[in-house]
Amino acid sequence: MSNEHIDEVTGVSTTGHEWDGIRELNNPLPRWWIITFYITIVWAIGYTIAYPAWPMLTSATKGVLGYSSRNDVGNELAAAEVAKGKYVAAIQSKTVSEIASDDALREFAIAAGGAAFKVNCVQCHGSGAQGSKGFPNLNDDDWLWGGKAEQIQQTITHGIRFASDTDTRVSEMPAFGDVITADQIQQVSAYVASLSGPVSDQALVAPGAKVFAENCVACHGDNAKGNKELGAPDLTDAIWLYGPGETAIAAQVRAPKHGVMPAWGARLGETKVKELAVYVHSLGGGE
Amino acid sequence: MLDNTQVERLEAEAVNSAKTRQPLYAARKKIFPKRASGSFRRFKWLVMAITLGIYYLTPWLRWDRGPFAPDQAVLLDLANRRFYFFFIEIWPQEFYYVAGLLVMAGVGLFLITSTVGRAWCGYTCPQTVWVDLFLVVERAIEGDRNARMKLDAGPWTVRKLVLRASKHAIWLVIGAATGGAWIFYFADAPTLFVELFTGTAAPVAYITVAVLTATTYTFGGLMREQVCTYMCPWPRIQAAMLDENSLTVTYNDWRGEPRSRHAKKVVAAGQPVGDCVDCNACVAVCPMGIDIRDGQQLECITCALCIDACDGVMDKLGRERGLISYATLSDYNANMMLATADGSSSVNPSLVRTTDGTFSDKVAHFHIRKIFRPRTYVYMAVWSLIGLGLLYSLLTRDRLEINVLHDRNPQFVTLSDGSIRNGYTVKLLNMIPEPRTIVVTIQGLQGAEMSVVGIDLPVGRSVPISVEPDRLKMLKVFVRQPAGQIQGTAQTFKFRVEDKASFESDEYTATFNAPEIAR
Repeated sequence: MSNEHIDEVTGVSTTGHEWDGIRELNNPLPRWWIITFYITIVWAIGYTIAYPAWPMLTSATKGVLGYSSRNDVGNELAAAEVAKGKYVAAIQSKTVSEIASDDALREFAIAAGGAAFKVNCVQCHGSGAQGSKGFPNLNDDDWLWGGKAEQIQQTITHGIRFASDTDTRVSEMPAFGDVITADQIQQVSAYVASLSGPVSDQALVAPGAKVFAENCVACHGDNAKGNKELGAPDLTDAIWLYGPGETAIAAQVRAPKHGVMPAWGARLGETKVKELAVYVHSLGGGE
Repeated sequence: MLDNTQVERLEAEAVNSAKTRQPLYAARKKIFPKRASGSFRRFKWLVMAITLGIYYLTPWLRWDRGPFAPDQAVLLDLANRRFYFFFIEIWPQEFYYVAGLLVMAGVGLFLITSTVGRAWCGYTCPQTVWVDLFLVVERAIEGDRNARMKLDAGPWTVRKLVLRASKHAIWLVIGAATGGAWIFYFADAPTLFVELFTGTAAPVAYITVAVLTATTYTFGGLMREQVCTYMCPWPRIQAAMLDENSLTVTYNDWRGEPRSRHAKKVVAAGQPVGDCVDCNACVAVCPMGIDIRDGQQLECITCALCIDACDGVMDKLGRERGLISYATLSDYNANMMLATADGSSSVNPSLVRTTDGTFSDKVAHFHIRKIFRPRTYVYMAVWSLIGLGLLYSLLTRDRLEINVLHDRNPQFVTLSDGSIRNGYTVKLLNMIPEPRTIVVTIQGLQGAEMSVVGIDLPVGRSVPISVEPDRLKMLKVFVRQPAGQIQGTAQTFKFRVEDKASFESDEYTATFNAPEIAR
């Protein structure tokens, strides 16, 4: 600038910019700032040599330290596996009942099983394992195939009516709509409903009991308590997979629905299944 | 009259004086405080010894808490989230005790400041104490004020290099010792001490020591008074707490003025002359680089070293001590009115002295009564109330607690017999360092019974649980109520915990959910 202006108070030249009489001093940057600035430049060059940085045609320079964030994650995961190793080894060598009766192991299995449940099971059984119509509630004490830890393990491992697993649990109630008359269906439904609550027409109960004795006791038992060996549900309790009441029961007698649960043993491995079994067993209904 | 030939006049310039104050972006002018001696200096040595002693020794005190808790008297165990202070153990949720202590410290500062001014700044503030300590080192190595000024102005000789290097080395050692002592509050001191020197301590320990070494060295050695003047908010806040009855370090110009370096000549000329001989002793000792004779100012931390310096001079001159003294503004104003004949003249010492040279009866002196005034009563009352409240709360606090979380999903479960079950996460807090057996009972909720996951006991309304010392125990509890006894969709009931040995107990009111129509 031709007309350089010097600030009177400080003796420092100004930049020539002026706003309403306020002038900007042209002070040099502080020395410490400049030095820090140069250090950061040197540091940055060193950094790009030490760490992956410069883009090449197909990848980037590897850096002399050989650092990789992917390796870091791998190492951390490996370290986590090692930290869990003690528990996992114990779970592998023990039965689910033994795991459930050991405080530390149970806590670990419930945490691990709970996590696996949220990934694999909630889609059908719900986030709180509370189930819904056609999908059993795992919190209650009513079990189609048995609520002991080993029985739960068996169910998870091989599934239910899962065709591709030869050991899968299978039960199939016949469609009685083709076997007995509509009246008989109405009667037997009333009888079954009467075992756990009031019914619409008491007159239907006695003939219904007869129909039941002729057609149903083979699987559901003389007292209608069901049979866990066969997966036949207890018809005297308050829990109904396809809904309570005569109408829902009649629908299930006429043309029963059969749910399918996949076999998880091959997919998740024995350890994970054991953890899941302990978790489900701990939900409150375990026998 | 005044014989000031025995008094050495010091070429001292108050670099931070209000009159010569520099623009904020100007480079700092160095201050070379001269060593003071006198009663305040002795008191400050004592305060320094006590405060540094507390700081360095506290982590090494031991306190037996039995086999289940650490035996360090003061320990901030961040990893386990416990704070130990002698007989007091605080869990994180009890941190309000610490908050209460901080409020007390705040109100205490109000109280102290309104009575004796910035005593915190002048005597006990870590910045003041450490700067004092760093100055001791500086004087021991480089000599007192004049020697240091000469050294600073001189060229870089080998001697200067050696002196400077050793000074900074010792400062760094002090800084490291300061940072080193700090970390002992957070872990077992003897163990950490060994770990620290064998290279096995946690990285955070070394980082903390490094950071605190750097800050101690920078603040105490390099920045000094700039920390107080530019960085610290307290000078601004405390200025608002002073009133006309607060004691502050005051230059009593009602007896000092007109100051004169040649009292005899002035007296001979028949002019009035005050006690101040303008020897600059007060300026030379000031660690803040101010001239107290300019009056009360922001930079003054009231360290009272100028009082010591001036008293020494007054003793030599055979005058009364207290030309610079702790005085209140009201006394000072009264004396000024007296010395200036109610403002009608400039200060005339003859107005405050009788003919035989002693002070007139009208001169106001500080009286202890001034400490007790409504303002300080209020501060004392607030301070004591908070203290008593904390003490009461501490003596009556629970060492056994229960917290209950109701399961969110599912809210309730219908069981095969029609009864309804709710799940709860129950947390039992055993807050003493001894193992205990705690009985958990449900109260209310007709006919209900509970079972605890992992505890093989028949269902019932009461379950004994053993809890580890100083630990939280988390239980999964199922409460089940028969269908016929359910009254409504949300019933309240209580979880009660009781220690049968100590009779301590606690309760938690929980909710039991049921579907609309429970059969």
